[in-house]
Amino acid sequence: MIEILIHGRGGQGSVKASLALASAASKAGKYVQSFPEFGVERRGAPVKAFNRISDEPIVVRSKIYNPDHVVVLDPTLLHAIDITEGLKEGGWIIINTEKSPDSFTEYTKKFKVATVNATRIAVENHLGSKAAPIVNTAILGAIIRVLKVAGKKDLEEGIKEFVPVKAEANIKAAYEAFDQVKFSKEA
Amino acid sequence: MKKVILGDHAVSYGALLSRVQTIAAYPITPQTLIVERLSEMTANGELDAIFTKVESEHSAMASTVGSSAAGARAFTATSAQGLALMHEMLHWAAGARLPIVMANVNRAMAPGWTIWTDQNDSLSARDVGWMQVYCQNNQEVLDSIILGYKVSEQVDLPTMVILDAFVLSHTAEGVDIPDIKKVDEFLPPYKPEIKMDINDPRSFGALTSPDVYMEFRYKMQQAMDKAKKVIVEEGKKFGEMFGREYGLIEEYKTEDADTILIASATVASTARAVIDELREKGEKVGLVRIRVFRPFPTEEIIKVLEGRKKVVVIDRNISFGKTGIFFDEVKGAFYNSKGNKPPMFGYIAGLGGRDVTPKVIREIVEDALNKDKPESEIIWKGVKL
Repeated sequence: MIEILIHGRGGQGSVKASLALASAASKAGKYVQSFPEFGVERRGAPVKAFNRISDEPIVVRSKIYNPDHVVVLDPTLLHAIDITEGLKEGGWIIINTEKSPDSFTEYTKKFKVATVNATRIAVENHLGSKAAPIVNTAILGAIIRVLKVAGKKDLEEGIKEFVPVKAEANIKAAYEAFDQVKFSKEA
Repeated sequence: MKKVILGDHAVSYGALLSRVQTIAAYPITPQTLIVERLSEMTANGELDAIFTKVESEHSAMASTVGSSAAGARAFTATSAQGLALMHEMLHWAAGARLPIVMANVNRAMAPGWTIWTDQNDSLSARDVGWMQVYCQNNQEVLDSIILGYKVSEQVDLPTMVILDAFVLSHTAEGVDIPDIKKVDEFLPPYKPEIKMDINDPRSFGALTSPDVYMEFRYKMQQAMDKAKKVIVEEGKKFGEMFGREYGLIEEYKTEDADTILIASATVASTARAVIDELREKGEKVGLVRIRVFRPFPTEEIIKVLEGRKKVVVIDRNISFGKTGIFFDEVKGAFYNSKGNKPPMFGYIAGLGGRDVTPKVIREIVEDALNKDKPESEIIWKGVKL
């Protein structure tokens, strides 16, 4: 079983990303859970969404404290919170940023880093506005490429299910991120 | 068809597949998503039902009682303060012997104001004459709505299907959504022998003198006894048709277990992982999940616990001035039984949505394993005072 924590800000679509990822992995034949941080969400404040993905039925129903991998939707969170809190050594950190993975020397000793410029991809595909691009679907392409938890067609279905508005543009963004994500080391 | 859905939406699908005819509801977090989806299903024609927005939960249940008495398959859903507000009407539904099914999302009672899970809301409605089913995953939630109608309509008592706030209500997982034609085969339309009918006038809820009241109550208890059999029979039939069988209790690795952990709802699900872990360390522990709390599975519990060395109960609830409620009931079930009575440890954990992690459960079981008998009737886990 792998446990994934998605860091985002309220209103960025972290929960939708988590749901679409769960749906994609389910279509790939996995057992899945997707849940938000239980409680109230404030626009702009740091929020979390969680995924469990497994080849076996999942019985654990507590929150995730020690994720195998983390995803960072908003690069400004890197300075606002400790995104590595609880992260297992050797886990992936998938970041939406224009920077290369090697520039994150503070992480690369203990973790593996993957980066993708999901913001640019979202803007180019007219997802959200230039000031507030919706990056949640683009990042999904990077996630499935790096973590190999679902295929591209599975993701397409997952996006159609949970992000039905502008589904085509969202799928295109996810595919572009799939192709463009940069890794420091292969998984 | 397998779909990744929230626990709340598993309820909505369960109601859709049961072809409910009336829904009267008032929104309350974390239940709102259930009736929101049902209102969409009703509006877009997927579900042929009358959806009534009411001004309170008391009215929601009053309206549901009315439509059920008129012969409709009636549904509603609520949570916490909402369930408390409809309490009077819960008695009406059961006393009038109406096979209503309601989903209750287990949310702790305020004050302090809270939206997170524990079981004190539904357990405060323990004695109203409703059956109570505590679910451990979204699949069971969906299936239990269908099973609820199947059982309720045979014993003429209402069913409360219960799911944990957020841990199920707002958690998505893969759920097999059965084909509605197959569900039709399992659950035929509701055709009550007696109903409110202007062409066949009768009196409902009339003054009941001391001369006859007690007999009505006796019959309700008989119906509860009958329900124990019906729940098991229908759970088996459901298993044959859909591949998922349900009973009153569920056992996990109990066969050779010296110590039995008893839990309910999602705590019991997480506990499975802990049982596996402790088994690897050589501890002979097993798990009993109490799925149906009313009618209470007294005989089944005695049978599975008799002769064990220790019993550990985790309660996500408390009866103030006594103990955890499941603990109290399990202990009570034993008093008149013959044979060896194992020492029982009663732990309170996870109130108000505090997370019950594998670590919390493991520490509880290990605490009991390290002691010969409990030092007190109530053991609080993780209180920070």
